[in-house]
Amino acid sequence: MSVTAYERVKSARGSRRPTGISYIRGIFTDFFELHGDRAFADDGAIVGGVARLEGRPVTVIAIEKGRGTKDRMRRNFGAPNPEGYRKALRLMKQAEKFRRPVVCFIDTSGAYCGIGAEERGQGAAIAENLMQMSALNTPIISVLVGEGGSGGALALAVADRVWMLENAVYSVISPEGCASILWKDSTKAEEAAENLKLTASDALALGVIERMIPEDDIGEPQFYERLRALLSSELDALAGESDLVRKRYERFRRIGVPNQNKEAE
Amino acid sequence: MPFLKFRYQPKNELEEGGRSAEPVPQEESEPEQTCPNCHKSIPISALRANMNVCSCGHHFRMSARQRIAMTADEGSFCELDGSLRSSDPLMFSGYQEKLRASEQSTGENEGVVCGECRIDGNPCCIFVMEPGFMMGSMGSVVGEKITRLFEHALERRLPVIGCTVSGGARMQEGLLSLMQMAKTSAAVKRHGDAGLLYIVLLTDPTTGGVTASFAMEGDIILAEPNATVGFAGARVIEQTTRKHLPKGFQRAEFLLEHGFVDAIVPRSEQRAALSLLLSIHSEGGVI
Repeated sequence: MSVTAYERVKSARGSRRPTGISYIRGIFTDFFELHGDRAFADDGAIVGGVARLEGRPVTVIAIEKGRGTKDRMRRNFGAPNPEGYRKALRLMKQAEKFRRPVVCFIDTSGAYCGIGAEERGQGAAIAENLMQMSALNTPIISVLVGEGGSGGALALAVADRVWMLENAVYSVISPEGCASILWKDSTKAEEAAENLKLTASDALALGVIERMIPEDDIGEPQFYERLRALLSSELDALAGESDLVRKRYERFRRIGVPNQNKEAE
Repeated sequence: MPFLKFRYQPKNELEEGGRSAEPVPQEESEPEQTCPNCHKSIPISALRANMNVCSCGHHFRMSARQRIAMTADEGSFCELDGSLRSSDPLMFSGYQEKLRASEQSTGENEGVVCGECRIDGNPCCIFVMEPGFMMGSMGSVVGEKITRLFEHALERRLPVIGCTVSGGARMQEGLLSLMQMAKTSAAVKRHGDAGLLYIVLLTDPTTGGVTASFAMEGDIILAEPNATVGFAGARVIEQTTRKHLPKGFQRAEFLLEHGFVDAIVPRSEQRAALSLLLSIHSEGGVI
């Protein structure tokens, strides 16, 4: 219980954590990667394709930070460009067409901050995903497995169920960025991390996620088995739900509804 | 006037959070304002008379109420959810003080003003963000008010006009602010799926989580000349890429060139443009 918020941040960023592709390999079978956004490029920071989960066809999408210097550069250290989000949306629309569920694994410090990213509409790409995912007529489960960096993470997390690993973090801004903006002092990141309420248990308490997943055995075969079983039973449950899109709307609709009593003050 | 000079340094203004980058003109203490473009001093009254636009064409920021007065038919604006105020859900240090300071300096309860109005007789819903309120940053109340407005417009089958100015999601409400991006986007989508029109007017500056949600979701996206519009802050991009940013980067004209804005409309022509677009969409299609 003595783990501080900032220690969780450092843990989430740890280079020995499994990255996106590890989850695809560990949990699914028959993965076939599908590349490109059909408009500009194939973004290495986002990996997606079709696969099976205990026999069931699914679309799986993961943000991949990469392993080793060369791969990490190719993956842009897991910071997607607009074409990455557009590829993800293309695959989600494809999943809707062929009536299979979508599973996303999220691990990013944030959407890439670059000149090209702005020229190609980073904001517009994220906005489009938020809009389209909110009405996608097929079940979506998103799992934050490492860093959940702001809009760049949310762009794959407008889902029916959002889960977090115990040491994953989910935040509107990095603690360092927050500290330097608010207090002109990036060394106050620890204080910022506490204030931002960015841990999995905070997110659970705020109603932003449905489940926190213990990770003592992270990366072990039984860890992936456990995740597979959780995903499989949840997809079974979601497959039987009616009004999926309406319920997803309500899920986000109720977050941050101001306390009505405050109005009277 | 060193304070005024400070306020025009664009590298700092978005990061100040609590401080408005551009003042709402106050006649008593600031009879003149200096144009950051042509450096001329302009009497506030002359500026007001010209919609806060300098004779050189520079568009000064304006308060939400000023913009509504300039855009809506006289006496037609009827405010919705004006009494909603932010609590401090995360008990974030220093947040309460910033809220109170913004309330006092702007006279508003939050960073967006919403309501119904008519523009040249065309009925519509409108939201206008308030630059003086923590730089129009989006917390739970801003997200909630905009969501309610789209739901109201859907129920009444009205178009929505949205004027954006924002530093992005409000840090002091953490994840709850982030979730407002999803919440507002879902409401925009529902409204749009019902065949209803949403027009965005991007004003200076529109950045971060607001750019990555409802600011970029309009059927038609207009922008004020020279407005800064982007996702990441220019300084962050410079630090990340260690590259010099091209001239005019993230300005409205840059977005137009790259295909993300439908038209740049100077303030003097905005009312006519909105009126025309509203009336074209009110008549229904021919097929």
